Amino acid sequence: MPAFYNMNCQEKNKELEGELYEMKKTVMMLMVLALTVVLAACGQNNNNGGASSAPASSAPASESAASESPAAELSGSLLATGSSALLPLVEQASKKFMDIHKGVSIQVQAGGSGTGLTQVSEGQSDIGNSDVFAEEKLDAAKAAELVDHQVAVVGMAAVVNPNVSVDSLTKQQLVDIFTGKVTNWKDLGGEDQKIQIINRPSSSGTRATFETYALGQKSEDLQGSIQEDSSGTVRKLVGETPGAIGYLALSYLDESIKVLKYDGVEATVENVANGTYPVWAYEHMYTKGEPSELAKAFLDFMLTDEIQNNDVVELGYIPANKMEIKRDVNGTITK
Amino acid sequence: MAQPLERQQAKPHLAEEWVGKVYTLLCIAFLILTIFSLVYFVASKGLSTFFVNGVNVIDLLTGLKWAPEGEPRLFGALPFIFGSFSTSLLAAAIAAPLGFCASVFMVEIAPKFGRQYLQPVIELLAGIPSVVYGFVGLSVIVPFFRDVFPGQGVGIAAGSVVLSIMILPTITTIATDALAALPKGLKEGSYALGATRWQTIYRIVLPTTLPALMTGIVLGIARAFGEALAVQMVIGNAPHIPRSLFESASTLTSAITLSMGNTAMGTVANNALWSLALILMLMTFVFVFIVRWLERRSKI
Amino acid sequence: MSAKTANKIATSVIVAVSGLIVLVLAGLLGYILVRGLGHLSFDFLTSAPETIRRGGGIGPQLFNSVFLLFLTMIITIPLGLGAGIYMSEYAPANKVTNGIRLIVEVLSSVPSIIVGLFGLLVLVNLFGFGFSLFAGALALTVFNLPLMVRITEQGLRSVPREQKEASLALGLSKWKTITSVMLPISMPVILTGTILAAGRVFGEAAALLFTAGMSSPRLDFTDWNPFSPFSPLNPFRPAETLAVHIWKINSEGLAPDAKEIAAGASAVLVITVLAFNFSARWLGRYLYRKFTAIK
Repeated sequence: MPAFYNMNCQEKNKELEGELYEMKKTVMMLMVLALTVVLAACGQNNNNGGASSAPASSAPASESAASESPAAELSGSLLATGSSALLPLVEQASKKFMDIHKGVSIQVQAGGSGTGLTQVSEGQSDIGNSDVFAEEKLDAAKAAELVDHQVAVVGMAAVVNPNVSVDSLTKQQLVDIFTGKVTNWKDLGGEDQKIQIINRPSSSGTRATFETYALGQKSEDLQGSIQEDSSGTVRKLVGETPGAIGYLALSYLDESIKVLKYDGVEATVENVANGTYPVWAYEHMYTKGEPSELAKAFLDFMLTDEIQNNDVVELGYIPANKMEIKRDVNGTITK
Repeated sequence: MAQPLERQQAKPHLAEEWVGKVYTLLCIAFLILTIFSLVYFVASKGLSTFFVNGVNVIDLLTGLKWAPEGEPRLFGALPFIFGSFSTSLLAAAIAAPLGFCASVFMVEIAPKFGRQYLQPVIELLAGIPSVVYGFVGLSVIVPFFRDVFPGQGVGIAAGSVVLSIMILPTITTIATDALAALPKGLKEGSYALGATRWQTIYRIVLPTTLPALMTGIVLGIARAFGEALAVQMVIGNAPHIPRSLFESASTLTSAITLSMGNTAMGTVANNALWSLALILMLMTFVFVFIVRWLERRSKI
Repeated sequence: MSAKTANKIATSVIVAVSGLIVLVLAGLLGYILVRGLGHLSFDFLTSAPETIRRGGGIGPQLFNSVFLLFLTMIITIPLGLGAGIYMSEYAPANKVTNGIRLIVEVLSSVPSIIVGLFGLLVLVNLFGFGFSLFAGALALTVFNLPLMVRITEQGLRSVPREQKEASLALGLSKWKTITSVMLPISMPVILTGTILAAGRVFGEAAALLFTAGMSSPRLDFTDWNPFSPFSPLNPFRPAETLAVHIWKINSEGLAPDAKEIAAGASAVLVITVLAFNFSARWLGRYLYRKFTAIK
């Protein structure tokens, strides 16, 4: 075979075409192969009732064969979505649950309480994690279809920048701050420093809790206030901005910020449990109607001592069974 | 000789051609289907605020108070529209002269050095993901502004600075292409008449390439307008029109990112966010039309 | 001021500004890398993230980013090539084609957050794919497609007309000309553009927040069965990518070393994008030399 540059035009063309054709063939084959694998995966997954579509119908189907020993042979998959505040707890509990039941796959996602409630109500997920009662976000008719499982309690505290000298604020003082009546710390016994509000967006469940139980009324989005949707950013901004005030779940408290007492009561687990510290909310896991067997097993697992006394406390929540008082969606307290 | 050969090869040829035509047409059809469904779904969700929930369009566009969960429910989106426009325009105002200088450097002053070093730098700036920009903005720019300027550090100034760095590559690339496409005779004529390089740039190059430069600037504004994550971290997010460059403000994108996960689909609060997305999308169309109009003008 | 002085001042301003831009990039990269490189280790790159304890890693997220890129490219490349070929070779020069070009331009300017919202509405909710790799890949396709079309068009147009005419004159059908002659010649341009586009896709977060989700299930890396929910290859599982993970850690990081993890993850992301950029340029130059037989 003569060298390439010694061939004449026609031979060169043929040579090139041959080479390129071979290269093309291989590439095409690889692509077709890859596409087939993907399509096959799609098809199979849809047949198996994939991870997210119609999980409720697949879970009972795979468990009816294993209903003899309920604790041992669970299998199937669950999807829990919603509150990002609840995510760490549910994720950790799900890992433990999956260690015990090898055939189970639980997926936990964030997306916000609103997303969680929507998805469980529309049947796209099995469990909706929410920081607020369903009635507060969904229409009454849709909320009535959901069954509430309260798995933990989260306490909340007002936090300020470390160089703010005030230690405790009364309910009225907090209201004055968040409605803009008081704008300088010196009016509250502190230094001459402008108050910088770091708020959550008006649709946030954390904010709703804070407004209902700490302020007793809704607060406005004031001119000049800063809003962030994530607790981490709130903590960062409160820690860095002089004169800043915000509110965080107890699990986010650390040395970079200063925790305030509410009406003189310290924000501790004991005070929340015995009812003297009122700024707290239930963490809900909703199911549409009564939960399926797998979901029920998982929800029951969430309420066992193993989770309640270890993960719940470790993550900064308060065990639901430690609460000495109960509170319903209208705020009525019962012992 | 041609006739019998043609008839021999006609069948496989026709099959090949047919394959080619169908395949490419299907791809184009998919493309068209995508954009139409995008527009349809976003519009239907966004318009439902007006048709299903009964919110007034003018109220949305001009109202100053945004409180979809308050009592009474208010849906004034003007603070967001104002925020989006001011950050984008300010970002373009910062980035345009910077980009112009960079492209002049690369084309006129030091072409070899510029292509080798400045060009990759610009491409790298374009490649850095927006989350990283937002993160750096929150960690570096906001504290800096808070210490140096009176105010909160967050706000339109911080947002514009972050956005200007993000749109710099867009403006620079288009400006460089425009400058490089200038016919050499134009510049050489100017030099032959005794003009200095700056005089040539200022009096000849700039006016001639102005439409193309404007295209780049408008595209930069469009990109800044649509940027969500980086802006949301440094803008403060108060749903109000700020009284200074260093006061907490909001843009359309930051409002959507902030609250989308907290609202349930179907509720009026959620629909209102979709209306913001609809405004965003419509503005994108406007920007594209402006760019096309500018391009037509520059073709003479 | 004489013209010469004006020239000198202008030149120095321009050079200074260009130097400033280089400094800004250097500062940006330096900030990210200095803060993050110290935290990188093999352990960091392969272990799963920890919610509240120290020592979490980004292993699943890194895998998700790569896998999602792969899935997106599988879908985008054929579609983009096909549409690009149509636009540059088959489309007649009439109003409909102008309209299609307008559509491509509009699609390329749509903000990524709107693509993400569209994905949420249609792919996650309407079609019921849920938060999944598949939904994310489709959303990224919508985002990436106009770019691919433009790259293909550019590449095909860079083919010398004589090559195309010679091939047609030799009797090859139009389709065969495109696939056997024009595409290989434009391969350097297309490949370079594709790798740059891949870099963009890798760093994308806004479109994925609402489609691929913000969490990753426990993955069993020994399970390569794509139908199993534990398998990393299953395209219907939620898949938090690296960029989304950085967003999440910065927002809700509960672990005590959240800052270091975010810095490390940012460093990894930036290094990967840099790698994409460099390899695109290098590959483009290499292929160009090979294909045009420049020794």
